[in-house]
Amino acid sequence: MLRIQCPWCGERDETEFRYRGDASRSRPDAGADADAAMAAFTAYTYERANPRGWHQEWWLHVGGCRRLLRLTRDTQSHEIRSVTAAMER
Amino acid sequence: MRGPHRLTSGLLTDAAQPLGFRFDGQRMSGLAGDTLASALLANGRMLVGRSFKYHRPRGIVTAGPEEPCALVDVIGADGREPNRLATTLTLEEGLVAESQNRWPSLRFDARSLSDLVSRFLPAGFYYKTFMTPGWAWERVYEPLIRRAAGLGRLDASVGAHATPAETLHEHADVLVVGGGVAGLAAAQRLGERGLRVVLAEQDALLGGGTLLDARWDAWRQGTCDALAVAAKVRCLAHTTVLGAYGHGVFGALQVLPPAETLQFGGLRERLRIIRARRVLFATGAVERLIAFPGNDTPGVMLAGAALSYLRRYGVAAGTRPAFFLNSDQAYDTLFAFAAAGIGCAGVIDPRPQSLAADRARAAGIEVHGGSVVEAVRARGTALRVRIARLDGRAAGALVADGLLISGGYCPQTALAVQLGASLHWQESIAAFRARLAPAIGQLAGSARGVSGLAAAARDGAAAADAIAADLDRPAQIVGTTADIAAVDAGARVLRLPEDPDVTPIAALWEVRTARARGKAFVDLQNDVTSADVRLAQREGYEHVEHMKRYTTHGMATDQGRIGGLVGSAVLAQARGVALSEVGRSKPRPFAQPVAFAALAGGEVGQHLKPRRRVPLHDRHQAAGASFVPTGLWMRPLVYSRQPGWEPVLREARAVRRSVGITDVSTLGKIDVQGPDAAQFLDFIYANTFSTLAVGRARYGIMLREDGMLLDDGTTARLGPQHFIVTTTTANAAAVLEHMEFHLQAVCPQFDVVLTDVGDQWGQFAIAGPRSREVVAAVVSDLELSNQAFPFMAAGAAIIAGIAGRVFRISFSGELAYELAVPARHAPAVWQALLAAGAPCGIEAYGLDALNSLRIEKGHVTGAELNGNTSADDLGFTRMLKRQGDFIGRVLSQRAGMTAPDRLQLVGVRPLDTSQRLRNGAHLVAREARSTSLGYITSSTPGVELDGWVGLALLAGGRQCVGRQLLGVSPLHDEQVELRIVSPHMLDPENARVRA
Repeated sequence: MLRIQCPWCGERDETEFRYRGDASRSRPDAGADADAAMAAFTAYTYERANPRGWHQEWWLHVGGCRRLLRLTRDTQSHEIRSVTAAMER
Repeated sequence: MRGPHRLTSGLLTDAAQPLGFRFDGQRMSGLAGDTLASALLANGRMLVGRSFKYHRPRGIVTAGPEEPCALVDVIGADGREPNRLATTLTLEEGLVAESQNRWPSLRFDARSLSDLVSRFLPAGFYYKTFMTPGWAWERVYEPLIRRAAGLGRLDASVGAHATPAETLHEHADVLVVGGGVAGLAAAQRLGERGLRVVLAEQDALLGGGTLLDARWDAWRQGTCDALAVAAKVRCLAHTTVLGAYGHGVFGALQVLPPAETLQFGGLRERLRIIRARRVLFATGAVERLIAFPGNDTPGVMLAGAALSYLRRYGVAAGTRPAFFLNSDQAYDTLFAFAAAGIGCAGVIDPRPQSLAADRARAAGIEVHGGSVVEAVRARGTALRVRIARLDGRAAGALVADGLLISGGYCPQTALAVQLGASLHWQESIAAFRARLAPAIGQLAGSARGVSGLAAAARDGAAAADAIAADLDRPAQIVGTTADIAAVDAGARVLRLPEDPDVTPIAALWEVRTARARGKAFVDLQNDVTSADVRLAQREGYEHVEHMKRYTTHGMATDQGRIGGLVGSAVLAQARGVALSEVGRSKPRPFAQPVAFAALAGGEVGQHLKPRRRVPLHDRHQAAGASFVPTGLWMRPLVYSRQPGWEPVLREARAVRRSVGITDVSTLGKIDVQGPDAAQFLDFIYANTFSTLAVGRARYGIMLREDGMLLDDGTTARLGPQHFIVTTTTANAAAVLEHMEFHLQAVCPQFDVVLTDVGDQWGQFAIAGPRSREVVAAVVSDLELSNQAFPFMAAGAAIIAGIAGRVFRISFSGELAYELAVPARHAPAVWQALLAAGAPCGIEAYGLDALNSLRIEKGHVTGAELNGNTSADDLGFTRMLKRQGDFIGRVLSQRAGMTAPDRLQLVGVRPLDTSQRLRNGAHLVAREARSTSLGYITSSTPGVELDGWVGLALLAGGRQCVGRQLLGVSPLHDEQVELRIVSPHMLDPENARVRA
């Protein structure tokens, strides 16, 4: 059970949050050349790295403040190194 | 030699309080404070069950939760409860228990024949044997095996929530797991530092090893008294920590003492979820067995367990037992037995000499040094113990009425390993020690491999100091002595009793001599022998995790606690590598079997999920509605208890012919405001919203990024920077999450605020050709004429005196309005609308009628927006905007998403209007019936149209309009001839909604 330090709500159980995937990638530009956009969106939608170790991930506090958090978590030890708000990049 | 019996009253038992109980129908008597196991031993009962696979007779082996053999059924008022451990089950007056896995009786078991043919039942036997023919597994092999194998049996039906339980949450600075000497010393230290401590001890009382040594009684009492009054320390007895889940979260199961069960209305267990900043594992060590032929014979017991029975319950495991030991600590039992006047048939010790053996010889006890037990056989009520020298030479035999064995002690590291602790081999104790990151916590005492009670106490205090320093609570008084002590009520400082000097343990895992035949068990509960482990290794299952699964070693409810390391050692020897290289299989939660009822706690029946009620729930109920759960919501299905379609069609026809009213409050409503609101909705929706005029509404579709449809609904623009989005009931939470994620992760530059107002508004649809009259009667401040308030208009209005909103939108296909008012006013407004509609014969209609109306009209819901459909499939291609980015834009343009042979939305109608349709029926061509071309998603008897109407997803459906197909439902053994039609079966020109 992860305990996530929400900047607004304090330390809360993982069950209050929804995992929203890899936060290290950003949504591609749809305005690019059509083939390039298709390739970029295919990768963005379907391809996932499965790193062992530090990982950037999105967690949405659906059972709390509804803020989206960017976590840096070790996928092996579950240690969470940092929690920041998505909108405060 | 009379075997086990009660000598005197023990530490826990009360000789003045006899309790009657029954075991296998036989009346027996025990004492208050007994466990079932100690009471059975006191009654001379050693044989308590038959084994899992070979049906061998089994006795009581341990005195605690690590027990592999003494599992019983308890028959209570609520039926039969299988697999209870006799060694932890508190005896109660009138307890009825039965032995397991025997037929027809415990003393004679017909299936023990399987023991005789056991060389045909090696590890992997089932995998190898019952392979062919394939059909035989389900019909022949599995039922046979299931009847013969297994432990206890569940009753076919158990009373509703027969074992009530509850869930509690605990918060602490430090969780101390284990209330033995190290845990008690640590808890006291941590409490003195002002830290909030929860101590969980699985035993019914605190003390651990100090309970077995009278010299420690004063220290234990003094420390427990001090902890009982310590402000921030809570000690929970009879509480087993079941699992460690990381980030300081632990699950623990507390068994309530009978008095509390009575006080709390039959509550028997509490699941405690403990959140702690640090953990201190003072979980102790578990004595392990030695593998030798016949080591499962009833009468063979762990030496430490025999000491427990003597000290705690005053029960002697025999009158003249023999001992097979390899460490000085295990001699404690021998000396305690001698002090209690119990005889000894002799001690067998593989070590040529030791300090403890010298003390035993000085007391006149015969010790066979440099020797091992090569085999044990039952002979009537006695055991014949054959001895061999270490070099294999036979060295005679002993006759005893018990054999008390000890192969050493394994630190209990399972919970620490669950938190990522690494294991390191420690030759001096012949066991693995765990190393845990200090940021998580510490291990202390015998759990860390420390021997001796005084040493463990000091180790507990030192671990507590380390944690306190880590939590910035170092000792307040500088220069306190390193030693620890307890202060009793008379303010006397109690010194720690001294630990005796000991000769180190000599590792001994298995005894194999050429002469001795028979099974040497490494796992008594799953009947796994050392030969099975070697077979697994020979067949290629060399890794300890593979061996475990191939042999089932350690997979029983006791998780192989007393033989797990022995199995690893046998495997290491077979592989010819060091035990440290083999390691141990990974322990997982739960530490002991847990009843589902305990995990469920109060979340059962109606309390499993919250139940959401619409503001008008009571009105609907009063109007005779039948309700249907949709997600968490209870929605009126039809305002009748009468089964069948008639009441549904009556409601629906009122809408088509006059006017009806329905509650749509469960729709998701998201308020979107901000300077960039329109731009944001253009990104979220596949169609355009920035061009929508204030005071107008538009139907919109949302895609997922992969191009599939996510949800649909109507969105109205209430102001230049203010929109109200409606979602389907089922997707309300998912759409809000989808929008929040994209607003914050993808469009953080947009100045937009999303507010969930789903619960704030009660909303009703008034639909039918006469709906305008009804709405006009209650609405003021709004001109409702077709010119002033056309189809898809939206605006604020006063509704029955309440400030609300009016939307001219229609799901039914009729002229219709949706009125929204603050939820608290919903009942009054609903009432006003019913009154206003009375002259028109207004009917309230439920979800069934709503569904019938929309199917006939060709509107889609979750049955069609099923996650597999694209915008093109449902005929929405023209809605996709040409300009600008939106979620799903790029991937919705993939060739496959618009392929002409995809399943497309169509209408279906039976040729013979007397025939019904079935949801899920497959569409097939008459000439190729084995190929499904699609399926019916929704169907209903027509409201206006003659006969049934349905919607379907059909391969290349739009090209098939006019074609005849069969609708086949093998489940109902039905087939119906169909005509494929446009999904817009009623009023395709949309004239009614614009009326």
